[in-house]
Amino acid sequence: MIDYVFRVGGEGGEGVIITGEMLTIALARAGFEIYTFRTYPAEIKGGHANYQVRASGNLLLSYGAAVDVLLAFNEEAYQKHYKDVRSGGVVIYDADSFSPASTDSLVFYGIPMTSLATEKVGIKLTKNIVALGVLAQFFDIPLPLFEELLKERFTRKGEMVVQKNLQALHIGAEYAKSQQKRESIRLGPGPRKTKELVLSGNESFALGAIAAGCRFYAGYPITPATDIMEFLAKELPKLGGFVLQTEDEISAIGAVLGASFAGKKAMTATSGPGFSLMTEMMGLAVAAEIPAVIVDVQRVGPSTGMPTKTEQGDLYLAVYGGHGACPRIVMGLTSVEDCFYGAMRAFNLSEQFQMPVVVLSDASLGHRKATVPVPDPSKVPLIERRTPTPEELRDYKRYRLTPDHISPMSFPGMAGGGYVAEGLEHDEIGYPAASNHEMHLRTTQKRYGKFHAVEVIANELARSYGVERPEIGIIGWGSTEGVIREAVQMAVDKGYSVGALHPKILCPQPIAKLKPFIEGAKAIIIPEVNFTGQFATLLRKRFAYDFIQLNKCIGLPFSPKEIFDKIEEVANDVRRDQRVHAEHV
Amino acid sequence: MSAEISEFTPNTYKTDEHPIWCPGCGDFGVLSSLYNSLAGLQINPKDLVVVSGIGCSGRTPGFVKSYGFHSVHGRVLPVALGVKLANPSLQVIGVGGDGDGFAIGGGHIPHAARRNPDMVYLIMDNSTYGLTKGQYSPTSPVGYQAGSTPYGNIEQPLNPLAMLIAYGATFVAQGYSGKPKELADVVTRAIEHKGFAFINVLSPCITFYNTYKVIPPRLKEVPKDHDVTNRAKAFELALQTDHVALGVFYQVQQPTFEDGVADIIKKAQASSRPRLDEIFAEFS
Repeated sequence: MIDYVFRVGGEGGEGVIITGEMLTIALARAGFEIYTFRTYPAEIKGGHANYQVRASGNLLLSYGAAVDVLLAFNEEAYQKHYKDVRSGGVVIYDADSFSPASTDSLVFYGIPMTSLATEKVGIKLTKNIVALGVLAQFFDIPLPLFEELLKERFTRKGEMVVQKNLQALHIGAEYAKSQQKRESIRLGPGPRKTKELVLSGNESFALGAIAAGCRFYAGYPITPATDIMEFLAKELPKLGGFVLQTEDEISAIGAVLGASFAGKKAMTATSGPGFSLMTEMMGLAVAAEIPAVIVDVQRVGPSTGMPTKTEQGDLYLAVYGGHGACPRIVMGLTSVEDCFYGAMRAFNLSEQFQMPVVVLSDASLGHRKATVPVPDPSKVPLIERRTPTPEELRDYKRYRLTPDHISPMSFPGMAGGGYVAEGLEHDEIGYPAASNHEMHLRTTQKRYGKFHAVEVIANELARSYGVERPEIGIIGWGSTEGVIREAVQMAVDKGYSVGALHPKILCPQPIAKLKPFIEGAKAIIIPEVNFTGQFATLLRKRFAYDFIQLNKCIGLPFSPKEIFDKIEEVANDVRRDQRVHAEHV
Repeated sequence: MSAEISEFTPNTYKTDEHPIWCPGCGDFGVLSSLYNSLAGLQINPKDLVVVSGIGCSGRTPGFVKSYGFHSVHGRVLPVALGVKLANPSLQVIGVGGDGDGFAIGGGHIPHAARRNPDMVYLIMDNSTYGLTKGQYSPTSPVGYQAGSTPYGNIEQPLNPLAMLIAYGATFVAQGYSGKPKELADVVTRAIEHKGFAFINVLSPCITFYNTYKVIPPRLKEVPKDHDVTNRAKAFELALQTDHVALGVFYQVQQPTFEDGVADIIKKAQASSRPRLDEIFAEFS
């Protein structure tokens, strides 16, 4: 079965991202499953950028292992990446820019991309399109797919631009014909015949938010979350909604709470620095019981950190951020497809339980593109906010204590439903009760009481992979789901007793799923893309268990091999311990 | 409209909650002006939202029978904007004090002013932090002595009227809590104004900074012949130091933020059929 990894590297501004995106869409339309990974500099021009595209006939769970084809626009890209190319892999480079020292283990094609673009097309910037022509010719990717894409992308810039790009594509393909093929990589048409979408995690989430009925978004631009705002800014007005770009993140969440109070499903998306600013208002949403969806597309912190790189470093902030006893639901998004349904669930949870839902994504998930089956919103039936009946409005108490801790919520315009959404401790009506000690206990119990029902949902949503009652268990959260699943499969194939549990709701924890899983295993590994093991730490509060942490903190996601190697190491330790234990007996 | 046939009287807006303000607080005058103005305009309480931040004046929503939102310190304007955008048919009134509005929340004012949402923003300016016992505020005079300025305040007070005129607010006015009838007239004009209407109300703090004797002798009506559409003249009035002017300084008509939003929605819906599967098609 075909499973190839392409990597494009070059200077920011050389068209690396466009090349990667076009390759992605062409291969997806050709019928392959796609999983991309990109890193790019924090600067707009200059700095190194690369875009990796894995294409396969099978469902893809990670960015893969060794690179099969490296397209290097300059020497820096070659030097950075050639070590990742598998033995026998292909390096295609701009021969006008540099010439690599040849090695026997790689197949080299030096293509004068710059001079073909400058001399034959007359536009230096088309060098990356020349390169796409070369790729199409070498690896049997149908050329019409690229032709179609160039037309879609450049038509609005005029017929002249379309023609120049088509010319560049054909010049690249023609040149490649003159080269003797010395490698065996051939794609051709892929096995999938049904239509799929190519979405990034951020786009998928935004679509899910629309499907959930979100009609108000307020936010402040921040990498790597901004594309959610830009997507919705274009789409929401078509549906009668609106995106407000505010003066800061405090205003963003303020406007979201105002809109939600007034009856609209509302959200904001941000990254670490912005989320830090939102924590006070998150507490207000808890106290005043206002639904709100807050997405944190995590990047490397602390402070400004590494804005374009990935980390799972905001879990503590999501669970504990803000002052006081402040229950909120925290979810982790696990894949591009899950972003769509995760968005729908986040709105459902928020509307049902009248509390903020923090949704954790990250740079690696938000920005990577993948093929996903066309989403089916009917898979997640919508849950709407409970509003008061005419009977309840006769003696309306906004914060009425009820058996399930959920009080019907009126909205402005509803006669008899008037109340004050109150950040001060308050009684059932909403009147301030800042000196009522007993009331504080009762309202705190009310707000935490909602967690009983959320926990049931958390148990239903947790997913497991691999061996059902494994000797070695893996617990992950968020965007590591795919890579863990792939590593578990590798280990199971090798005969290890390994299984994974991946909660989607992280607060409250799915205890009924975690407890038997942890107690049944001989060792538990918790892989996290952060330094201290934040989920492991949270789990230690509930389970007196010596979790084995696997932490990666270099701003990049795990590869399957890194997790597999840890599984193997732990499996060997467990076997040795068992032997030692048996000898002592 | 006579009281007999009015659906809503000032009492309509009174709640069971008794104001927590000190007896003699200027905010009582502001509240009664608000009741009178609302009744005069027959604002239906179900369509009224009073939004506040933190401070003595922040408690106002609890004393107005309607919908209210007692948010966090300094964030009246973002919350109020969210309410207004979610349902433009609502009457939104933001209230706060000089600390809430000009110190912690000062960063929101220019953006609210230039967006021009159709709402009222009423500041009860007592030039002190009453709820935390009298520390200096952005409108306290130089030399003001209190707990955090035992040697006297060394910061220049800001000029709320000049600031709002500079930021592009389309309605800028000043009132005094001791003249509730005149204040109610200004509030009425602010509610009637289509756009962002700012009122600075001098509202003395009887406990920590009693200005009841200082303010009245300095008050003068805005001159009858003042042209409210003349921004330079409005500045002049705001910057002069001979007296404190009461009334409307500046008022012009400009498109509101909600008008702009409605236009965008109209444009977007004209060019595209809003269905999820059609949005999906863009990504296949």
